[in-house]
Amino acid sequence: MTALQPRAMRDALLERIWENMATDERLFFVAADFGAPTLDRIRGDFPKRFINVGIAEQNLINVSAGLALEGFKVFAYAIAPFITMRCYEQCRTNLALLSTVRPMNVTLVGVGAGYSYVVSGPTHQCYEDITLMRTLPGFSVLSPADHVTAGALFDRCAGQRGLKYLRFDAQNLPVLHGETAPDLNKGFTQLRDGSDASVVATGYMVHTALKVADKLAQDGISLAVIDLFDLSGFDQDALAALLAARPALISMEEGFSGRGGVDSLARDLLSRKGLERPTLGIGVEPAYRFELGDRATLHEQVGIGPLVAEARVRAFLKT
Amino acid sequence: MEASGVNVDLRAKADWVWRQTLEVYRRAPEVRLASSLSPVEIFVSLYYGGLLRFDPQRTDWEERDRCIISKGHGSICMYPILADLGYFPAEELERVCQAGSFLGGIPDPVIPGYETVNGSLGHGLGVASGMALGLKVKGGAQDVFVVTGDGELHEGANWEAIMFAAQNRLDNLTLIVDDNRICMLGFTDEINSLGRLADRLGGFGWDCLEVDGHDVMAVHAALSHLKKTRDGRPKALVARTIKGRGVPGLENAPLSHVMSPKFETIDSLLREPQQ
Repeated sequence: MTALQPRAMRDALLERIWENMATDERLFFVAADFGAPTLDRIRGDFPKRFINVGIAEQNLINVSAGLALEGFKVFAYAIAPFITMRCYEQCRTNLALLSTVRPMNVTLVGVGAGYSYVVSGPTHQCYEDITLMRTLPGFSVLSPADHVTAGALFDRCAGQRGLKYLRFDAQNLPVLHGETAPDLNKGFTQLRDGSDASVVATGYMVHTALKVADKLAQDGISLAVIDLFDLSGFDQDALAALLAARPALISMEEGFSGRGGVDSLARDLLSRKGLERPTLGIGVEPAYRFELGDRATLHEQVGIGPLVAEARVRAFLKT
Repeated sequence: MEASGVNVDLRAKADWVWRQTLEVYRRAPEVRLASSLSPVEIFVSLYYGGLLRFDPQRTDWEERDRCIISKGHGSICMYPILADLGYFPAEELERVCQAGSFLGGIPDPVIPGYETVNGSLGHGLGVASGMALGLKVKGGAQDVFVVTGDGELHEGANWEAIMFAAQNRLDNLTLIVDDNRICMLGFTDEINSLGRLADRLGGFGWDCLEVDGHDVMAVHAALSHLKKTRDGRPKALVARTIKGRGVPGLENAPLSHVMSPKFETIDSLLREPQQ
């Protein structure tokens, strides 16, 4: 699709932050003892506006809230399950609740969506965050599928007041959009047209959806694939119009199935727009597992790998 | 008052606030009285003793000192103080806990003068640390004060902030602990003792003073000293206080947090002339 070399999402974003810190003195970076080579440049060049709070996510959020109250545009950085779940009540009370009466600009950057910390097991993997963060009023939940989108989100996050949670993959994912990011205001982009069903996918699962669509195309089954990267503020009318154009809807997410994630978001949209469509939710079977394996193997075990997804889609479209 | 350069009779003001807090309880018995009587002298020192820079007409004034009130239910005594200082009309005190009022059973940041969310305990110090850091980076000379309870310090996030403030030399930050020694279900020492809190804070690198929290002039003197000191260490004042102070039956009762004194008791206290 493109010759652009895949990079880490976090590096794409951190680079944009670093580029802008010299001219925008309100940018502040707070980390919870979590690094990246690009982070060393921020630390080195802007020591006053970089701080490592240590292994202390509750304080990461509280300090970020305090800095935001003083007018800083704060990026808070940690591993995804810890920046969401370890400090959930801090996110609720000092960000979501407080920002309803005090303007704030805080972006939580969570690295390690889904199974992307492959060998680290369930403590470091993250299958609950989409649901949890979407339930907090005021939070934008942004889940890019490549580093180009991740980097472009800098402008959205620094430039717009409010709270954002960035759900980043820890691995380098193939580039989907070339050098130009999709329309961030719309919140989604259709990567592939198709007539038999719409697939709404987010993050890593966009790539799985494309694989499944390729495979099924060989048998004349035509899937449209939509990369939904804004899980809270997408253009509902525009997405509904796309979904209305096909007779069935499939959702794909690297998060627990049937627990309020992308599946529920998609079904809710259909319902509110009065669209009746059969739906299939492909997500992680809701259980904690300790098996080791590569990401593809783990995905097949929990019901979201390309092979099992392909089989489930075939069965779904036959009925 | 001359020694401290304060124009207001702080003792008389503290007594007035104490009575006003009973009045609020008399009208709205849903509020927690006991934990709102222990910090009276702390807040009177801050707000009437010239320690805090503030402008009731401009609650977002950049030059104001930040006062973060973290102790949830236990700051209802701030309602009469804020009304008296002109943050909102005194008539609002008649409507506490009523539909349409902004003065609830737990103060929210919709109240003019409240900076942050409190109610859920253990949040104030961390947020205040972020504000103190932000002010330093901006080059501001403002102070950040935080008022917590002692039981509230059971929340672990406080200790994350206590380490953070020392590490980052936040000497524009002052923690004031309303050390009334009682949680909801009994004495703090019997539930999860904080030991000698001043020693523990000192061990974490804080500059810590202890004082009789109901001796308003002593509280004021200690806070004045801490305000002047900027030596790289965050500062703390452990104010030894009495929960439910001055109300017979409530005072220092292990379950005082959830006790509702009889109206007759309150009325007879209010009939006594103010000292």
